[in-house]
Amino acid sequence: MNVELISFLVVAGVAVASAVLMITRQNPVFSALYLILNFFSIAVLYLFLRAQFIAVIQITVYAGAIMVLFLFVIMLLNLGEGALPKWKFTNRRLLAVILTLTLLAEVVPLFWLAFANRSISPHSEQIGTVEAIGKTLFHEYLFPFEVTSFVLLAAMVGAILLAKKRFE
Amino acid sequence: MKMIPLSYYIVLSTLLFTVGVVGVLTLRNAIVIFMSIELMLNSVNLTLIAFSAYSGDPAGQILVFFVIAVAAAESAVGLAIIIAIFRNRLTVNVDEVNILKW
Repeated sequence: MNVELISFLVVAGVAVASAVLMITRQNPVFSALYLILNFFSIAVLYLFLRAQFIAVIQITVYAGAIMVLFLFVIMLLNLGEGALPKWKFTNRRLLAVILTLTLLAEVVPLFWLAFANRSISPHSEQIGTVEAIGKTLFHEYLFPFEVTSFVLLAAMVGAILLAKKRFE
Repeated sequence: MKMIPLSYYIVLSTLLFTVGVVGVLTLRNAIVIFMSIELMLNSVNLTLIAFSAYSGDPAGQILVFFVIAVAAAESAVGLAIIIAIFRNRLTVNVDEVNILKW
């Protein structure tokens, strides 16, 4: 057991535990905070994979911007104890959990065997830097990058229209 | 230095994805369902970054960049929809928002 493997297992444990805690909390504010913890642990995993730029983007955009939006909406709606939907046991939900766990049990051994012998590429330290990402983004993927700006514009217009006071 | 095998990352992201699926299928609060979707997006991003690093190809990281941009747009529109639903129905319980369900 080397240091990298032990720290990977610790961070992975934090990620899974915070994800499970996220879906089991009654109060959505706690769910959001556990999701932020999960995003931070995934950012640490990106650093293990030498993807520095994506790790920083993960923290600023996901843990920063998107989760602030979530917390803002939770507090804007200000659901009291009575208005929060209580978790109710139904057969349909039990079936959903059983089927999902079956999928997990099928897929995990498969992935475990399929990728056990792959080790990290020697070039991984060069491809995760801002310089390398920027060069690839603005040479090979310039058009998709420009299209993304239209996606964001459409989302902005859509969000403003949807959140307007009244539909006429 | 001995490296972490790729299978560890894939299994971890499968676990996170499964937690997200369970959240979407069993929860009733629309906001937390939405957070579970973000969790699933993140687990797929982790897979993409892992494959990108292990095969030495930067395309996976570019794809994650676009996924994050689209996720930001998606969460803005989705939360606006939740606010619109709450304004009309005074609830975020997805079991009560069933007007399109037969």
